[in-house]
Amino acid sequence: MAEREKLIEVKDLQISFGTGKKKFVAVDRINFDIYKGETFSLVGESGSGKTTIGRAILRINPTSAGEIYLKGKKINGKIPKELDKEVIRTCQMIFQDPMASLNERAKVDYIVSEGLINHHLYKDEADREAKVQKVLQEVGLLPEFASRFPHEFSGGQRQRIGIARALIMEPEFIVADEPISALDVSIRAQVLNLLNRLKVKRGLTYLFIAHDLSVVRFISDRIAVIHKGRIVELAEAEELFLHPLHPYTKALLSAVPMPDPETEKKKKLIVYDPSCHDYSVDSPVWEEIISGHFVYGNQKELEQYRKEIQEIDG
Amino acid sequence: MAKEPILSARDVEIQFSLRGRKLTAIRRCSLDLYEGETLAIVGESGSGKSVFTKSFLGMLDANGLITGGSIMYNGIDISKYKTEKEWLTIRGKKIAMVMQDPMTSLNPLKKIGKQIEESIQLQQGLKGEEARAKALKMLNLVGIPDAEKRYNQYPHEFSGGMRQRVVIAIAVACHPQILICDEPTTALDVTIQAQILDLIRNLQSKLHMTVIYITHDLGVVANVADRVAVMYAGQIVEYGLVNEIFYDPWHPYTWALLSSLPQLGIKGEDLPSIEGTPPNLFNVIKGDAFAPRNKQALAIDFVKEPPFFPVSKTHMAKTWYLDPRAPKIEQPETIRRLRETIRARG
Repeated sequence: MAEREKLIEVKDLQISFGTGKKKFVAVDRINFDIYKGETFSLVGESGSGKTTIGRAILRINPTSAGEIYLKGKKINGKIPKELDKEVIRTCQMIFQDPMASLNERAKVDYIVSEGLINHHLYKDEADREAKVQKVLQEVGLLPEFASRFPHEFSGGQRQRIGIARALIMEPEFIVADEPISALDVSIRAQVLNLLNRLKVKRGLTYLFIAHDLSVVRFISDRIAVIHKGRIVELAEAEELFLHPLHPYTKALLSAVPMPDPETEKKKKLIVYDPSCHDYSVDSPVWEEIISGHFVYGNQKELEQYRKEIQEIDG
Repeated sequence: MAKEPILSARDVEIQFSLRGRKLTAIRRCSLDLYEGETLAIVGESGSGKSVFTKSFLGMLDANGLITGGSIMYNGIDISKYKTEKEWLTIRGKKIAMVMQDPMTSLNPLKKIGKQIEESIQLQQGLKGEEARAKALKMLNLVGIPDAEKRYNQYPHEFSGGMRQRVVIAIAVACHPQILICDEPTTALDVTIQAQILDLIRNLQSKLHMTVIYITHDLGVVANVADRVAVMYAGQIVEYGLVNEIFYDPWHPYTWALLSSLPQLGIKGEDLPSIEGTPPNLFNVIKGDAFAPRNKQALAIDFVKEPPFFPVSKTHMAKTWYLDPRAPKIEQPETIRRLRETIRARG
């Protein structure tokens, strides 16, 4: 996969909040690349730092160490104003709660075109309106919705407005932060399909942040599992489900309820106990255990993981 | 299950008056609840699953009214209750509820222990030390370690999962016969969700409760339920044992719901989704409410509301598909192969 173009590169990223005694390191030594055209997912429990990483890439959260590159250009820390503007345009975000993320007092027309207005990305009023109409149709809404207010829409429609707002900037990269966890099952499918279709049509790259592994498996090309601010495992989606190695990944997988009563009633829950790692002597490393499958562990653990893979395959 | 139901709702109709118009949220809905079972009610938002169960505790909003039918509980028709005083003999004592969001169902200005005591004092008349001892016991029961210290803390000092444990402690403090859990884990992480589901299961067997789950997560349903009722547009459209609903469903809405599961999705292809929107409940619904969204709807679906047809002794579906006069319609391929597909990916 070395020939694939890297859109985002994250190197030894650390993000901390507060200073001095109150300093809290939310995310530490994070390394991953996102290739152009793929859906890369970050999975973990709340408070694990997955949203923080997404926000850091969009320059919303300042970073305290490490680098983030967009198409080879460093985009964290102090950067020229021009580049800042480019990052804002090429990287957009879709938020979790469509009820909270839309301005209640603005019409859809304004909500969707706010980015255009801020960056003067339209020729004249007619051009702006045409762009809004086009993007609304693209996400499956009617053009006349532009003159309505957010409260007139259902959850699924609001999420489409949120997607339209991101799309109008013609981004290359979208951070989708739990875009479907607030939606109903039947509407979830619609929004997932829309995201997938847009990805193909517009050649988008997604960073998909979620805690629901069943959805993640369907939508992602690669998945990174994050626990307490550290990526503990990273692999292609099917590979991760076939060979979950890190105990936290296993716990997470076992916790996802499967829609199959017979298996579900027999299921044994795996609980992750962080004290099962003994890192006092043998310190852990980030190791590519088989091609494309990375896991965090010390030499002894890595040895065992290799055995596990052989057992499953053999 | 030849047992007598402990709660039996018959043809319940609930209307809300909104700006002078009448919205019929529940349309002649019937349900039997048997002792000791776990019943899951599934359906999309707005299908009336919360409203229906709230009517068992007299917790409808002020503009909502039970306008028809009966809810028999312990030989009394509680749907005829008018005053708060009457409802307080049931609510919290006999039937208790756990809400979705533990952030909003606790008082942020009151200590956790006091909030549990509040319900104990009100319902059981215990005071002072006695009430405190009971509150501590409840904290232990729901798996909150270090109860003495936790007793004096405020909700913001608790994590989401711990807060939901507190809410459960309050609900079960008075040993209700029926516990209604309204999306108890929707706001929680998967790992925490699994723990809370386990907790409710344990409490259920320890305290001999009957549990109603309201959820839209079919994974949770598979995990907890003995029986499942599927709701659409204010009616139960299909009910049966959990295996019957997952492996042999008959209502087209249940088919649609099961087929849109992401677990069944094939990468690179669209997930089947339910097109259109649920019907407007301000209007009178003619025929089968799901017909306009059902590509295989029969002509009669638009004219006449189907009755319940039995699939087995325990399994009923409200669809004309099961009428002997109906053209032969087979369950969709994805539904028939649901079990294999999910297991193959397990």
